[in-house]
Amino acid sequence: MAIARRKIKSIGAAQSPLLGAAMFSPAVLYILLLVAGPFFLAIFYAFSDARIGNTELHYVGLENFRSILHSPSFRVAIRNSLIFTICSQIVVIVGANILAIALEKPFRGRGFIRFLILLPWVAPIALGAIGWKWILDSIYSVISWVLVALHFYKPFNAPMWLGEPHLAIASVLLVHSWRLMPFSTVILLAGRTAIPKDIPEAAAVDGAGFWRTQLQIVIPMMRPILSVAVLFGLIFTFTDMTVVYILTAGGPFDSTQTLPSLAFALGIQGSDLAAGAAISLFLVPLLVLIAYFMLRVAHRAEVT
Amino acid sequence: MAVVVTRSLTKVFKEGELGAVNNVNLETREGEFLVFLGPSGSGKTTLLRMIAGLETPTSGEILIGGRVVNDLSPRERRIAMVFQSYALYPHLSVYKNIAFPLKAQNVKKELHKAKVEWAASLLGIGALLDRKPRELSGGERQRVALARAIVREPAVFLLDEPLSNLDAKLRASAREELERFHRRVGTTTIYVTHDQVEAMAMGDRVMVLNKGVVRQLGTPTEVYDNPADTFVATFLGSPPMNLAELGDVIVGFRPEHFRPASSAAGDVVPFRLRVENIEYLGSEWIVSGTLAGGKLDAKKVFSRLSSAQNLSLGGAYDFAVPQRELKFFDRATEKRVEPKAVSWQ
Repeated sequence: MAIARRKIKSIGAAQSPLLGAAMFSPAVLYILLLVAGPFFLAIFYAFSDARIGNTELHYVGLENFRSILHSPSFRVAIRNSLIFTICSQIVVIVGANILAIALEKPFRGRGFIRFLILLPWVAPIALGAIGWKWILDSIYSVISWVLVALHFYKPFNAPMWLGEPHLAIASVLLVHSWRLMPFSTVILLAGRTAIPKDIPEAAAVDGAGFWRTQLQIVIPMMRPILSVAVLFGLIFTFTDMTVVYILTAGGPFDSTQTLPSLAFALGIQGSDLAAGAAISLFLVPLLVLIAYFMLRVAHRAEVT
Repeated sequence: MAVVVTRSLTKVFKEGELGAVNNVNLETREGEFLVFLGPSGSGKTTLLRMIAGLETPTSGEILIGGRVVNDLSPRERRIAMVFQSYALYPHLSVYKNIAFPLKAQNVKKELHKAKVEWAASLLGIGALLDRKPRELSGGERQRVALARAIVREPAVFLLDEPLSNLDAKLRASAREELERFHRRVGTTTIYVTHDQVEAMAMGDRVMVLNKGVVRQLGTPTEVYDNPADTFVATFLGSPPMNLAELGDVIVGFRPEHFRPASSAAGDVVPFRLRVENIEYLGSEWIVSGTLAGGKLDAKKVFSRLSSAQNLSLGGAYDFAVPQRELKFFDRATEKRVEPKAVSWQ
């Protein structure tokens, strides 16, 4: 018995470093090839004058950064990125909390409604965005049609949802929120079910009404899970370009451009790889900061 | 302070199924310590939760202080409840936990500090006010839960198995502390437990429940010495009352009344006991075995003795039960009946 066990142990010990490395390598390869590679390439390009179709490269120092900092569309893109990210998170967290409260207690058809709410998350983002493009279309918009039918607007005089800068920003914001809501709802629902039933009951006996129970007991207790939802939401929105690209392509007049969509427009569509790389590098410190901050909040909530 | 009354209170969770609580009529006395005792699933917690307003009755009425409270929310019933898990708010300090009911009931902010300190000192947790619940021991948590309950000066206290999360040693001292606490504040208290020792030790009166039905309501001595039916007779006491069927009655006698014939005097019923097991419990001995001869031949019985040193395993001894310690139950209804003459042989 003892001998047999030692034998198994020695085989395990001899094999484990190799086996471990083999099991580990796909993850390492994946990160090296698809994350680290492009990342360092972007840093390299950002300090050069790389253009699509041009085989020559010259070192230009901080020239790319200097020029994008002076470009008005870059400033609009930064502003939009922040507006979209922060405002959509506020909408999403408030909305997801309401949905989670509504879906917490069992009722007839709850499973079906949960499924409907999850749909935007499951559907490919491009598909959803195209749907919204039609909903907000200048001629075929159902929203405009309803508003006209209700006599809020005269026919052919309804707002151009994607054609006027402020409305376009609001539209993109709305679609971002719509897209993220299901994910946050599911996370918050899980967070709610993790709270022992006794706690809200104790609050009710202690005399707390609905709002006090939610705002002072339940939501503070969900802080770690809320930070997870917000962290993911921030990063998803901040790095996303699909919604903007499909709905408005950054227009009208670059008014809905975000950092990722501007980087794509300049670097890929405009062939100025160096400028695109420099813009996308602006995302990095911001994202690192967000990630660091949110992880700290989550950690602190866990400890205290 | 207030009296809690229930009238035909019934709770059916699923239509067509047996009710969790069936037709309970109950009236507490002013300032009394009333214990709901029953095995798990007996409906005692459901009954308490209906009084608290956490569960809606299927039918029947609940009155607190003379007022029907069926349609009132828990906050309007002026009750305080201590949960089995204590349900302390984990993200709030002990101070804020105790102050929460004051905040929730819009007590003036200037009064909070004095009231919290009063409740904390009553329970001896004045030094813990800055701690978080996680940093407390089980006993300290229980005291915080009690302080949170007392701070609003409720009309009625509802306690749902508050000692069951404590270890055995702590439980005894917490029990004593609770009793002293109740004597000091004098608030009507309803206490739910499945532990007969707690019920006997703490209750002014004990209400024994089984399957949602009240089996007996009485003082600890009444329910122990004069059980209303065979359920109460066997649920209380450890080992339980010995029961034996004789014709149309069931005869019962407590293990402590089933003693060697030599120590019995007066009018007794004699038995012959074949000893099969002897347990030494320090202050007492539990002897079990089977009766020999008569109508009850081979019947398994228990005896509780202060000394069993002269008994040995496998031996047969003369035992006896005083006639007046015999309890009689109807065989069909299992309800208590008047003593009858029965033939043992």
